[in-house]
Amino acid sequence: MTITVQIPSALRRHTGGAAKVNCSAANLNELFTDLGTKFPDLTAHLRDENGQIRRFLNVYVNEEDIRFLGGAGYTFKDGDEVLLVPSIAGGI
Amino acid sequence: MFVGAARIGKAMRYELRCRECNKSWGNVPKSICEDCFSPLEVFYDYDSIRADFTREKIAQGPPNIWRYSALLPLPDHYQPTLPVGFTPLIKANGLASSIGAKKLYIKNDAVCLPTLSFKDRVVAVALANAKSFGFDTVSCSSTGNLANATAAQAARNGFKCWIFIPADLEPAKILGTQVFGAKLVRISGSYDQVNRLCSQIADEHLWGFVNVNLRPYYAEGSKTFGYEIAEQLGWRLPDNVVCPMAGGSLITKIKKAFQELIDLGVVEPKHVKFFGAQATGCSPISTAVKLGNADIDPQKPNTIARSLAIGNPADGHYAIKTITGSGGWSEDVSDPDIVDSIQLLAETEGIFTETAGGVTLGCARKLYKSDRILPDETTVLCITGNGLKTTDVLVDEYEQEQPIAPKLAEFERLLGEFELPVAVGA
Repeated sequence: MTITVQIPSALRRHTGGAAKVNCSAANLNELFTDLGTKFPDLTAHLRDENGQIRRFLNVYVNEEDIRFLGGAGYTFKDGDEVLLVPSIAGGI
Repeated sequence: MFVGAARIGKAMRYELRCRECNKSWGNVPKSICEDCFSPLEVFYDYDSIRADFTREKIAQGPPNIWRYSALLPLPDHYQPTLPVGFTPLIKANGLASSIGAKKLYIKNDAVCLPTLSFKDRVVAVALANAKSFGFDTVSCSSTGNLANATAAQAARNGFKCWIFIPADLEPAKILGTQVFGAKLVRISGSYDQVNRLCSQIADEHLWGFVNVNLRPYYAEGSKTFGYEIAEQLGWRLPDNVVCPMAGGSLITKIKKAFQELIDLGVVEPKHVKFFGAQATGCSPISTAVKLGNADIDPQKPNTIARSLAIGNPADGHYAIKTITGSGGWSEDVSDPDIVDSIQLLAETEGIFTETAGGVTLGCARKLYKSDRILPDETTVLCITGNGLKTTDVLVDEYEQEQPIAPKLAEFERLLGEFELPVAVGA
């Protein structure tokens, strides 16, 4: 199954400049492993020293926060579009 | 571009560093550490600032936020274009007696200039940097108040302006953006979705997004709210601060401001408790505090307090740390309680606040009731926005008065309906 991952500009130096990457994965853990295999320098930016997904990295699937879809337990579907977005906010 | 934000090299007064891995990024329009994705924060060389940040020097400054310029990330020789801030801190005796408090103060940014919310403070600092970074267009994602502040100050400072908002914002906040000539983009979705889109747009367009790539500088403007509280209390810190939370930034910046004042010897050291306030319909931070969690679980907002309707607060983690680390607490209140508190503040103190202010007071009432805040402690409530922008929540609260003819007899009849008859000679 093919998933498209959009790479934010801050991380494109680790993907040879690629803004979109096609991956094959059943869930988020597999996705990050696949990304790490394709672009070894990327792993340290996605996971912390303990292998956990970095606290301030938000993952969206088809524009929905993956935490509303079951988080790490979400099973990707063919054609899913994944966005990696840093936490930012306005408000008070 | 990107030159001249601050003196570089030996004389540098401030720079961006990662809050988590501490990597230095100099002064650039960037909000995220590209190594670990954590937020960037402005760090200062306090030794070089100490002599410029004394009570005496501050007192010689103008009666607005620029009196604290030495501790703001401003380009060298920056000339402010608007008198923002220095809003009233009032002792709220009437409100205090009605909620079981004694030493209660209201910091009233419902009358902050130019657009009647505390967002004027942050935008002023953001646009100072937008200019020095060379942007000709400024932008933001907003729940309304930031839209108003950005659009107004963009007009004043000659920037082109694009504003992104959830489509269902209060009409007054929409009109209060359009009037300044900003290009308004309404998004069919929640603020969190608008925010996510803006981070993607900021990735592709060289614009100064005040709460994306200018965010570290912008957020520092919030510190002025804290400096003013301390100065207006006679250079003393309060015992407690009750602060509304959306993204969770303001509460952390008030704490930073107080700590800077202590570190620079401007106030006596004091332990201040921080209390966060949210609407129950969007309470990711207060829920985490109550559950003892270090991180938030995002929520889908459903509350009339739209300026606080951020379900995925970027500074949630730091807001939780600020609250729990201070021994404070976080509360949340229902929509009817928000309206009731807007009315109570208006009726007791003559202050008309927006829904976020109703949230703050509503939570404060709970905190007094549960003895988390004690009556004799000096407590400051942060009122951050103006009720004229959210009148829609009050329309069903008051009956429309029937007109009377312009005759004295008609008025006397009306008055009679309100007054109990008094017996003559009694």
